[in-house]
Amino acid sequence: MSDDDLGEGGGVERGSAEGGPRRSRGRVIVLTLVPVVAFALLLASGLGRDPRELPSELISDRAPAFALPELGGQGDISGPTEGQVFVVNFWASWCLECHAEHDALVAAWDRYRERGVVFVGVVFEDGEGPALQYASEKDGDWPLVMDPGSRTAIAYGVFGVPETFVVAPDGTIAAKTIGEVTYSWLTEEIDRALRTEVSA
Amino acid sequence: MRRTWLLVAGAAVVIVAAALLARGGGEPATIEDRAQAISAGLRCPVCQNLSVADSPSRLAGEMRAEVEGQLRAGRTDDEVRAFFVARYGEWVLLEPRSLVPFLIPVVAVGLGIAAWAFVVRRRPRAERTEVSDAERRRIDGDLRSLEEGA
Repeated sequence: MSDDDLGEGGGVERGSAEGGPRRSRGRVIVLTLVPVVAFALLLASGLGRDPRELPSELISDRAPAFALPELGGQGDISGPTEGQVFVVNFWASWCLECHAEHDALVAAWDRYRERGVVFVGVVFEDGEGPALQYASEKDGDWPLVMDPGSRTAIAYGVFGVPETFVVAPDGTIAAKTIGEVTYSWLTEEIDRALRTEVSA
Repeated sequence: MRRTWLLVAGAAVVIVAAALLARGGGEPATIEDRAQAISAGLRCPVCQNLSVADSPSRLAGEMRAEVEGQLRAGRTDDEVRAFFVARYGEWVLLEPRSLVPFLIPVVAVGLGIAAWAFVVRRRPRAERTEVSDAERRRIDGDLRSLEEGA
């Protein structure tokens, strides 16, 4: 029951005074609703965003250089080299998506190795033993390297494995993908990077 | 009325001061302290809801080592943070660099107090001025007849 009901029940006529409280009540409703609706819209604008979608910060930036010990080998593998397209793939033997994407990498490697495209597989958070075991069970003979202290992974802003970067001949990062890489993504991005070499 | 505005202004000053204090005081002295402070403000990439300082994951440990290594190499705190932001984006910072998120609640509370003061100021004035002598006589009469009827 509101004040208005009491007033009318008592037979008191308020006359022009009645417009005052009613108008201010309307104002209170507007003043309450406008910020609430605005805030709700602000929050709602975030609903369409995918929290797993991580921005590729390094696109067009200079690719961090690395010189890393070859897995099971003697020397270091260094890169990226200017004038060459590099495909840098971060992987681990414990990573299921890495197993799943391996055939796509093998197919792309077979297609581009003769054209001077360099593939490097960087081991991420894995022991040398399991990584060697994995490599021996799989096809593909592109260089695989260990990454002590994950310094190269951190330099590339790696969130997890697999992640794959394509480095253009000018030494900048042309493309990055998180998760299982596909053959079509590899061919598209490598072809694009190779075209920049021709035009340069 | 003036008192209301003084209260509003006072509340705003207290809130802003508290927000500034909460954002932290001076720089920690040793490299370990600085590394700890920076790591506590970085989000662990492989666990998403822990800071690099709190995460037991291997990558977080390596990131702590990276932070400490860069500090020992003479980089400033901001340069180390910028190194991670350049690679992982603003996402990696647990606390946004922009002041806007901190100011929104302050502005909202200020607007709320202003709106409340605005409405409260209107209401009594309208009622106080509108009761005429004739109405007052009627009210007195009605009250009297009510009491007699009871």
